[in-house]
Amino acid sequence: MSFLLQPLTYEFMQRGLLASVIVGVLCAVMGTYVVLRGMAFLGDAMAHAILPGVAIAYILKGDLLVGAGAAAIAVALTIGLFSKEGAVKEDTAIGILFAAALSLGVALISTMQTYAVDLSHILFGNVLGVSPSDLWLIGGLSAAILCTVALLYKPFLVISFDPVLAATLRLPAELLRNLMLVLLALTVVVSLQTVGVSLAAAMLVTPAATAYLLTRRLLPMMLVSALIGALSSMIGLYLSYYFNIVSGSAIVLTATAFFLIGFGWKRLRRT
Amino acid sequence: MSHTPHRLEVQNIRVGYGEKIILDDLSFQIPHGARVAVVGPNGAGKSTLFKALVGLLPLKNGQILIHGEALGSHRDCVAYVPQREEVDWRFPVTVRDVVTMGRFGQMGWLKSPSAHDKQMVTNSLAQMGIANLAENPIGQLSGGQQQRAFLARALAQEPHILLMDEPFTGVDITTQEATLRLLDHLQEQEVTAMVSTHDLNLAGSRFDLVLLLNHRLIAFGTPQEVFIRENLAQAFGNSLLVMENGVMLVDECCPPEEKFNG
Repeated sequence: MSFLLQPLTYEFMQRGLLASVIVGVLCAVMGTYVVLRGMAFLGDAMAHAILPGVAIAYILKGDLLVGAGAAAIAVALTIGLFSKEGAVKEDTAIGILFAAALSLGVALISTMQTYAVDLSHILFGNVLGVSPSDLWLIGGLSAAILCTVALLYKPFLVISFDPVLAATLRLPAELLRNLMLVLLALTVVVSLQTVGVSLAAAMLVTPAATAYLLTRRLLPMMLVSALIGALSSMIGLYLSYYFNIVSGSAIVLTATAFFLIGFGWKRLRRT
Repeated sequence: MSHTPHRLEVQNIRVGYGEKIILDDLSFQIPHGARVAVVGPNGAGKSTLFKALVGLLPLKNGQILIHGEALGSHRDCVAYVPQREEVDWRFPVTVRDVVTMGRFGQMGWLKSPSAHDKQMVTNSLAQMGIANLAENPIGQLSGGQQQRAFLARALAQEPHILLMDEPFTGVDITTQEATLRLLDHLQEQEVTAMVSTHDLNLAGSRFDLVLLLNHRLIAFGTPQEVFIRENLAQAFGNSLLVMENGVMLVDECCPPEEKFNG
């Protein structure tokens, strides 16, 4: 028992644990749409694309989350614009934006003196550096995103499963798709502090993909995904504490272990 | 002139993708409760017409009126049974989930299904003979059963106009019969049905009206009026062979995408 409780005597560990569980659940829920709508590449791109926003906020000594949020929403809407016009294919547009934003972000960060440490925190997260105000922001944004997903459960289900039905029911499909991109962008921003930009995509995809293997309906898939996300965050953080490894990596590796177990179980059941 | 009001009016519509015009100068009027077969060669614009009717493709010209009002002023009076290729069969939904989606328009987007909604879903499932499959994932059903699930959804939608894209292509006899029985049942309830098909015999024997299409309207009327040599020659061109004894053959089978599936 003390094995589990001992780390929690530190306040930064309590905050870190709470933040990573919230982010784990949030990413896992949004991830169901990422997996079902085939947006994994988009999620990855979005995560990297917020780097310049973070860097600018850092240089101007502003709030990192605000900078990241602004960049993420800009990128989400730009991708929507490019793919709507049909000038280039969507994945090409994403590829261009992704690389450009990542390069710009690294270029900006490389002008700073504490370059290496800062870059590693942004790329891989710094869950133990979560301040009480960060925690409030993470909690508030996550609650807002999850409430939106719950409220729009049916419209999101219809536009994802059957766009033609969405049209016959006169759903504003374009608006809903853009809203989903914005929610995805905000999710990536919230996960910045715990798993960092380079691993946020994994937290979006891995728990949801595991849940997809184990369930056959959307709501159970979301709930199982959320459970896996929360467990991965908890277990990952303890591993990080006891083995002194980067928390973001520990969390993602735990989620990957869950996926492998789920994949193996599914295989065994079929044969 | 007929005294029944025209429930579906298409006036001079032009539809296409980008620069490419698929349908041009198309006008027709369908009285309510009619069963209409939409026929024409591959790529004649049958699916395009349906997409325009549900509002999925914008009109470049002309207008579509339902009950005398422009498309879009009614929320849920058009139901559409999509072609198989248009659905993501790996999506985690059960048959009951799919049919319940048909009630979303009526129940409101923020409410959960009422007892009436649930009853409608159960009845629709039973009517299409798939009540026993209700809790199965949609992806695990056979092609015919999947189509019946979508027919049940259209039924649960309580539409005034039902559009079906190629429901007779590549399905088993049970499903074909279930589809035809549904059409008869819907006619009793004065639901207008438009069905695209390559089966000219079926179009001639089980439908009230035939719409012959090849990028524009070739002919529209009863099967006897439409299926005459001049019209078929105009629609099918070289695919039409007229034998000496008056028998006409049309060399048309499946939509091109299906040919490459095997």
